[in-house]
Amino acid sequence: MTTTSAFDGVIEEFDPIIGLETHIELGTNSKMFCSCSAEFGGDPNTHVCPVCLGLPGSMPVVNRAAVESTIRMGLALNSSIASWCRFARKNYFYPDMPKDYQISQYDEPLCFNGYLDVTVVTDDGPQIFRVEIERVHMEEDTGKLTHGGGAGRIHGATHSLVDFNRAGIPLIEVVTKPITGTGRYAPEVAKAYVAELRDLMRALGVSDVRMEEGSLRCDVNVSLSREGEPWGTRTETKNVNSLRSVERAVRSEMLRQADQLRAGERIIQETRHFHEETGDTTSGRSKEEAEDYRYFPEPDLVPVAPSAEWIDQLRTTLPEVPSVRRARLRDSWGISDFEMQSLVNAGALDLIEATINAGVNEQAARKWWTGEFSRTAKERDCELEDLSVTPADILEVENLIASGDLTDKIARTVFEGVLAGEGSVTAVIDARGLKVVSDDAALLAAIEQALAEQPDVAEKIKSGKIQAAGAIVGAVMKSTKGQADAAKVRALLFEQLGVTE
Amino acid sequence: MHLGRLARLELTESEVDHYTEQLGQILGAIEAISDVAAEDIPPTSHPIPVVNVYREDVALPGLDREDFAAGAPAWEDDRFLVPRILDEPA
Repeated sequence: MTTTSAFDGVIEEFDPIIGLETHIELGTNSKMFCSCSAEFGGDPNTHVCPVCLGLPGSMPVVNRAAVESTIRMGLALNSSIASWCRFARKNYFYPDMPKDYQISQYDEPLCFNGYLDVTVVTDDGPQIFRVEIERVHMEEDTGKLTHGGGAGRIHGATHSLVDFNRAGIPLIEVVTKPITGTGRYAPEVAKAYVAELRDLMRALGVSDVRMEEGSLRCDVNVSLSREGEPWGTRTETKNVNSLRSVERAVRSEMLRQADQLRAGERIIQETRHFHEETGDTTSGRSKEEAEDYRYFPEPDLVPVAPSAEWIDQLRTTLPEVPSVRRARLRDSWGISDFEMQSLVNAGALDLIEATINAGVNEQAARKWWTGEFSRTAKERDCELEDLSVTPADILEVENLIASGDLTDKIARTVFEGVLAGEGSVTAVIDARGLKVVSDDAALLAAIEQALAEQPDVAEKIKSGKIQAAGAIVGAVMKSTKGQADAAKVRALLFEQLGVTE
Repeated sequence: MHLGRLARLELTESEVDHYTEQLGQILGAIEAISDVAAEDIPPTSHPIPVVNVYREDVALPGLDREDFAAGAPAWEDDRFLVPRILDEPA
C-alpha cells in the first residue's frame, strides 16, 4: 500500500485544486454548421461537404437542435442562459481543422454560472460536493488524424492522414470553476463529477456520451498549494478518456507535483498526456510558448439570442435529474444511501435498472452486477457496461435457475463462459455441458458410490449425526463436477438412509 | 514578425519592413474610430442587426469523395495526406 501512504503524505502537506474541462459530442443528426451526417464513424471522408472541408466561399449555418441541446444542458446544470451571444474564431494551424480555425465561443458562452452536486463516499459516509460550472459553450469537433510511418504515433511519424467525418460535429465544452476543499477526495470528486455529468447528459438525451468512442472527453487541471500560500501553478492533462482514468490522472498528477515541489522545483504550466497503461502523465507542449489564438467574433454567423419563451419552453422538457432518480430507486429497492452510492460508483445503476426492467427480480439483478460482474470488471480494468453480458442473459439464466435447470453455482460458471466471450448463455451451457444433474437415478448412483467409499460416515448419519452428511454431499457434488443441486442431494441421501432431518 | 509567424508566412527582411509600414497605416486608420466611438457603444461585429439564423437538424448527403479527392494535393487510403506535423529529427 505504498501508493496510499505516499498519497496521504501529499494530503498532509498540500491542498489540491482541481478543474475539469469536458467535451461532449452532441447526438444530433447533422453537424454544427452544415447538413452533413453527424453519425459516428462511417467510411473516411464520406460525411463531408464544402463547409466542413473549409472550401472557399462556403458559409456555415447554425444547427437549431444543437443550440437547443446546449440550452437544455445549461439549464440542467443550473446555469444562466445568455440572452445574446456570439461565436468566435479560434485560429490555429493544425491539419485536423481544414479552415485553419475552429468556430467556438470565446468571452460570450451560451450558458454560464451553474453548478452540479456530486456525491462521494468519504470516511464519514456519503458527502455532497458542489462543483461550480464556469461556462457551457458551443464549438465544432475536429477531424481525425492517423499518423503514418513510425509507430502510429505523432512522434516519429513521416506523414499523417486526415478523415474529416468528425470535423464539424457539435461539441459542447463544459468548464468547471476551480474546485477547492476536496482534500484527499479530489480524485474521487473528479471522477464523480464526470460520472454525474455523463448520467445527466444521458438523461437529457443530448449525447450517447460513450467515453470509449470519444463522445465524452476530459481535460483535467491540477495544482497543489501549501496552507496559507497562493494557489500553485496548474497543469492540464489532456484526453483522459475513462472515468477510472480521471481519478487516476488526478491522483498521479498530485503525487508528481508534490515530489517536484518538495525537491524545490517549480511546476511548469503545461499540457500533459495521460497514459492508460501506466496511469501516469508525461509532459506535452509547454503553454509558456505563446498560444495566441487571435479570437475574434465569427463574421459568417449572426449572434444567438434565445428568447425567454424558448428557454422557458425548454425548461419544461428537462428530465428527472439523476440524483432524484437515484433517491427514487433507492426507496423502491429498499436500500441505504451507502449501498446506492456503491452501485453508482460501480457504474451499475443503469445496468441493474435495465436488468430489472427485463424481468429479473431486484435482488438477483443487484447480486450479479455487484458480485461476479464487478469482480470481472475490476480484474479486467474496465467498466461494467463494457462486459459482454446483457440484462437478457441474466433473465435467461435466472429463468433456468427457477426451473431447476441451473443452480446458482453452475450459473456462475455459465457467466464465466459468457464473460470470456464463449457465446450466448445457451451456447456456453451446451459447449461446457452445464446442466443440473437432476436425474434422480444418476444422483442416487453417485450417492451409493460415495456411501460405499465412506462407510463410517454412512454409519454416523444412520446413528443420527446428520451433520456428517456434508461429507457425502460434498463427495457427490465433486463426482458430478458441481452440477447437482446440493439441497436435492441431501434430501435424496436422507431418503436413501431412511433418516429424517 | 510575430504576425508573420502566427500566419505561417515566410517573409524576407525587406518584406517585413514593407508590411510593418503598411500595417502601421492600417492600424492608424482603425484608431481613428476610437476618436468617435463612445464608451457606451459596443464594438460592431456584424453590420446588420440580424440574430438567430438557424437550419433544421436534417442530415443531407455531402460531396462525393472522388470529386474533392481529385483536388487534394495528396491523398492516400481515402484520406487527405498531410506532411509530418512535428518538426523534429526522425
